[in-house]
Amino acid sequence: MTHAATDTAIHTTITVNAPIERAFQVFTEDFDVIKPREHNMLGVDIAETVFEPHAGGHIYDRGVDGSECRWARVLAYEPPHRLLFSWDISPRWQVETDPEKTSEVEIRFTAEGDGRTRVDLEHRHLDRHGEGWESERDGVAHDQGWPLYLQRFADAIAS
Amino acid sequence: MLTYQVDGWTALGDPTRRAIFERIVAQPRAVGELANELPVSRPAVSQHLKVLKEAGLVFDRPDGTRRIYHVNADGLAPLRADLDRFWAQALANFKAIVEQLPQEDA
Repeated sequence: MTHAATDTAIHTTITVNAPIERAFQVFTEDFDVIKPREHNMLGVDIAETVFEPHAGGHIYDRGVDGSECRWARVLAYEPPHRLLFSWDISPRWQVETDPEKTSEVEIRFTAEGDGRTRVDLEHRHLDRHGEGWESERDGVAHDQGWPLYLQRFADAIAS
Repeated sequence: MLTYQVDGWTALGDPTRRAIFERIVAQPRAVGELANELPVSRPAVSQHLKVLKEAGLVFDRPDGTRRIYHVNADGLAPLRADLDRFWAQALANFKAIVEQLPQEDA
């Protein structure tokens, strides 16, 4: 697996030992177990994460109490080659309701021969989350003003 | 546009740098304060701070004769590092699952 980062995008690539159709199918149907569980915006534990397999659908978490959190809009669903969805999560790890302040994730599947598939993931336009960030930070008390990810970031690297 | 010479996770791969970064996340601090709190010499702390700064994770501001280090919350570096970790983990999970399940149509 390789990583590269530019200022406003992240790229991650992985090659898996599975044919392209199957890679695409597993990615969308089993997204529930692929998505790291510690990322949860519901007040309760997540029962499941659902990836609706069509453009115009959503990716949402369903809590054990039935509550739902829709955190992505499926913008393109093109089996077995491409997925595109919005990332409606602010740096404070809350649902972002303003589409202008959301980034997007594109995943491309490429057949590599021998039944292998390369998966290229790009999470781009991260700077869109940044607008209005500073003023928002200035409006809150110092120790509460940091984006939530910084705390999780510190927690993660400490563990 | 800034391009960081060191990425966030590489910068935080070192346990001493992690300890320094965690203290700065909790509260902005001067080099001397960090050297007093940690079993590390002041020149070594300065060296670690330089790496954190190059990774875009912290910035410094003068305060009299001291320089105070702050977490770079306005920069995208920590967000990038966080999301990079998220997707690296997701793709590793994906690889484990897709290669483990029986090949139904093989």
